[in-house]
Amino acid sequence: MAEIQEKGGGGGKGGKKRSKKQSTRIDMTPMVDLGFLLLTFFILTTTFSKPQTMEINMPVKPVKEEEQQALKASNALTLIADEKDQLFWYAGLPDAPTAPGVQLTDYSANGLRKILLEKRSNPNLTVLLKQTDKSRYKNMVDMLDEMNITGIRKYAIVDVDPRDTKMITEAKAKL
Amino acid sequence: MPKVKPHRARPSLDMTPMVDLAFLLVTFFMLISKFAPEEVVVVDTPSSTSDIKLPESDIITITVDKTGRAFYAVGGQQTRQALLDKMSAKYKINFTPAERKQFATMESFGVPIEQLKSLLNLSPEERKRAKQPGVPFDSVNNQLGDWIMQTRYSNPKVKIAIKGDNDADVPAIKGVIKTLQDRKVNRFNLITDMEVKPRNL
Repeated sequence: MAEIQEKGGGGGKGGKKRSKKQSTRIDMTPMVDLGFLLLTFFILTTTFSKPQTMEINMPVKPVKEEEQQALKASNALTLIADEKDQLFWYAGLPDAPTAPGVQLTDYSANGLRKILLEKRSNPNLTVLLKQTDKSRYKNMVDMLDEMNITGIRKYAIVDVDPRDTKMITEAKAKL
Repeated sequence: MPKVKPHRARPSLDMTPMVDLAFLLVTFFMLISKFAPEEVVVVDTPSSTSDIKLPESDIITITVDKTGRAFYAVGGQQTRQALLDKMSAKYKINFTPAERKQFATMESFGVPIEQLKSLLNLSPEERKRAKQPGVPFDSVNNQLGDWIMQTRYSNPKVKIAIKGDNDADVPAIKGVIKTLQDRKVNRFNLITDMEVKPRNL
């Protein structure tokens, strides 16, 4: 390696004095410095992880209206994301939401997740995810994420119904 | 008689293994590191508990920033060149070889194709500062859809990922999704950050 062994100069005839040789050791400290400098540089510039993604399968657009299956009121749950991270929900169809009507909740573990876990017992539960134009993209990802966490397989992203808009306005007036 | 003191050598550390280790690590990081591509626009993605990893290649990334502009990016220089040739034939806009070369090196862009020529002729510094209005994707002038279709013609394996900002407005995102659905793309990815999955349900 980098160290060169100095031979003991005691061989041969003893008693003869030799001039002392300079040691041939190299100071390695700068080399170490350089090494670690490069190391830190590369550690800091490395992009380790690939970005995460969530997969979405949108339903294929039906050619004819008749091909669409009607959703039963007992299986329907609608979530409507609105501005300022408000989230409204109701069970049933927009014509006649079942009791307790339109409710306000949030995206926390005690809000939306609780509701979904309560409703999860119904295997045919279909969740309709709606968003008003004032809501954020984050709300959409949060809703999809809750579906993922609670393991609900049937959900769809749909547009807001005019009836929904009316109901939200009424619910807001009550708050 | 006084005792003869044993000669003590100065303690010296042998640095060689340390150097070896340092350089081993340096080489390791040099070999595995990939520099992050330059982003035209900075986007803060929402987080999700999904842990699917995005594949390295064959991917179209549609970035939607908080003002609702759409940026288009596709990997691979050959793919990009073939794509530009197809698009220039479709829109009857001719690109010079220099412009084609420049387009092949460009990661992502967000201009209507009519302005692409002027964007390609800018110097790199100017291009970074240039205001890009986003690729149009409204129903009248859906260039984003055309870019996607032409990319899929030249590379059928390509997957599509949407990278949206937290505060991106929903009509823009829905517009992008509608564009995809109209072209029979019903499976796509949403790029998100990491979040820990809750255990106790």
